[in-house]
Amino acid sequence: MSATNQQPVSFTQITDDILAPMWKPSRGYLLLLFAAFSLAVVGGLCWLHQINTGMGVAGIARPAGWGIYISTFVFWVGIAHSGTLISAILYLFHVPWRAAISRTAEAMTIFAVMTAGLFPLIHIGRPWLFYWLIPYPNQRHLWVNFRSPLIWDVFAIGTYFTISLIFWYVGMIPDLAAIRDRSTGRKRSIYGLFALGWRGSGNQWRHYKAAYLFFAALATPLVISVHSVVSWDFAVGIVPGWHSTIFAPYFVAGAIFSGLAMVCTLIIPLRRAFHLEKYITLNHFNQLSKLILFMSLIVSYAYVMEFFIAWYTGNPIERDSYYYRAFGDYQTLFWIMTVCNCFVPLVLFFRKMRHNLKVLFALSLLINVGMYLERFIIIPVSLTHGFIPNVWGLYTPSIYEIGILAGSFGFFFFLFLLFIKFLPVLPIFEIKEVFQSQPAKQFREATS
Amino acid sequence: MKPAAGVVGISSREEPLVRTLGQLRQRGYRNVKTFSPVPSEKFEEFHEKFLEGPGSGKSPVRVYTLFGGILGLLSGLALTIWTSLDWPLLTGGKPIVSIPPYLVIAFEMTILFGGLFTLAGLLIHARLPQTAPEAGYRARFSVDRFGVFVPCEYQQAEEVKQLFHAAGVEEVSVETA
Repeated sequence: MSATNQQPVSFTQITDDILAPMWKPSRGYLLLLFAAFSLAVVGGLCWLHQINTGMGVAGIARPAGWGIYISTFVFWVGIAHSGTLISAILYLFHVPWRAAISRTAEAMTIFAVMTAGLFPLIHIGRPWLFYWLIPYPNQRHLWVNFRSPLIWDVFAIGTYFTISLIFWYVGMIPDLAAIRDRSTGRKRSIYGLFALGWRGSGNQWRHYKAAYLFFAALATPLVISVHSVVSWDFAVGIVPGWHSTIFAPYFVAGAIFSGLAMVCTLIIPLRRAFHLEKYITLNHFNQLSKLILFMSLIVSYAYVMEFFIAWYTGNPIERDSYYYRAFGDYQTLFWIMTVCNCFVPLVLFFRKMRHNLKVLFALSLLINVGMYLERFIIIPVSLTHGFIPNVWGLYTPSIYEIGILAGSFGFFFFLFLLFIKFLPVLPIFEIKEVFQSQPAKQFREATS
Repeated sequence: MKPAAGVVGISSREEPLVRTLGQLRQRGYRNVKTFSPVPSEKFEEFHEKFLEGPGSGKSPVRVYTLFGGILGLLSGLALTIWTSLDWPLLTGGKPIVSIPPYLVIAFEMTILFGGLFTLAGLLIHARLPQTAPEAGYRARFSVDRFGVFVPCEYQQAEEVKQLFHAAGVEEVSVETA
């Protein structure tokens, strides 16, 4: 990679390099696409069975009314966080290494929110009545309860999806114009349609830059607010293990942590398959690793504080709830989570590990396992160990819930695989901007 | 006077074109258009400081953002308060109009409307979507070339061409109407 950075890179070459892997599916790609699609179909069939048969096929029952569906919802919303974090917050801070990973991260956000959005529908059992969640004028003047965190969720997730989609699409308009201008026939018409007739005139860039800055400025507090709102689904309840003021920052940190890990999971194989080593350098992974490590430390601190406060308050129910997490029926999951989220990322203190992509890829998978388990431990495990022993119980997900969970991964990866073949995986004009402002041989230093 | 033709200067670097822009401004050419594959601060400065009429000055998109944000905030508060009063159901001993939870909705709507209005501002002022072909535009401008288009009469074309050449612009062509 250092050798390539010594050569000047022309704008044409950047465009060619980024557009080269598009539209030509390899056999491996088609196999992956088929696998992801099949998994999504399995999930869809499980959901269909649940709709036909009733919610009884799911393992959720008293005392655990919220199970895998809500855990998975929180997990995917968390995954969705880093896209906007990388794009918006790093944009506002003028971080030069943002450009190489922003497009993929933003795409990840969109698909993760779409996946997350399915779970409340799956969970409510009668998805055709989903519009009851939305305030709409009706004959009985019956409105939604705006005091309920579940309604806050509808607004937060809806806003997050809309703003993220706009941010992603607007960021892509100049690139779509570049594709249009290098295509012919039907491809030219389709990309031309989505490029909205962009010409890159001085007037257009002027308004574009202003608008993009405001999108970033609006998206930044939104990132923080969305997972805070999701955390209040729990923190506003009085369930032991949920009713805590630490939840909002704790959830936001966890979401960014898992999102960054998912960015690594997606970008490491993508970089290799599409030969993007010139643009996504080892230093990008170095920076990502530092962020992951930082987030891991915050998450670990939150875990410790949760236990400390449970002990320090002297509340026997709170103490028992946390004791149950660590040493109760689900202790194996708890300790796997602790190892994955708190101890394994510590290897990133070593520079060598931050530059080893195999280690980083394995680590990103482990972090996502850990973060999924965290959601599971917080949600159904807390519910199975309430205030008094007669509300204690066990929650075991049914095969249909597991099928829907697997299907969500299939759905997410299916959308992502379509994205990498039909849209540029790197922001072409932003990469050109970085190369223009930093001479090519200084690119590595600029992104380090 | 409606321009009958124009001259396009095309370059792989923006500096020669920026030099030409200065010369063009001094000689009183108006409605000059710039094209670039990446945002160009120098072109932007030209648009903000030297152009007159629409397309000059600071981008007004920020006004749309502000207006959208304020409208979203007020709409969020109005929706929550009005719907609560429309069906005044007392729950949990809480006031019918419970401001703290309503602020969550108002905040989200501030961001939502702010974003939507920013998009509208961008589309309106950048004149998107644009279906008609743009005078002076070349496909290479979206890939690797910077360009300046000067609308002018046939008689002035020679002078403009000379200005481009003198500034070291690599390619100059005359576009007929």
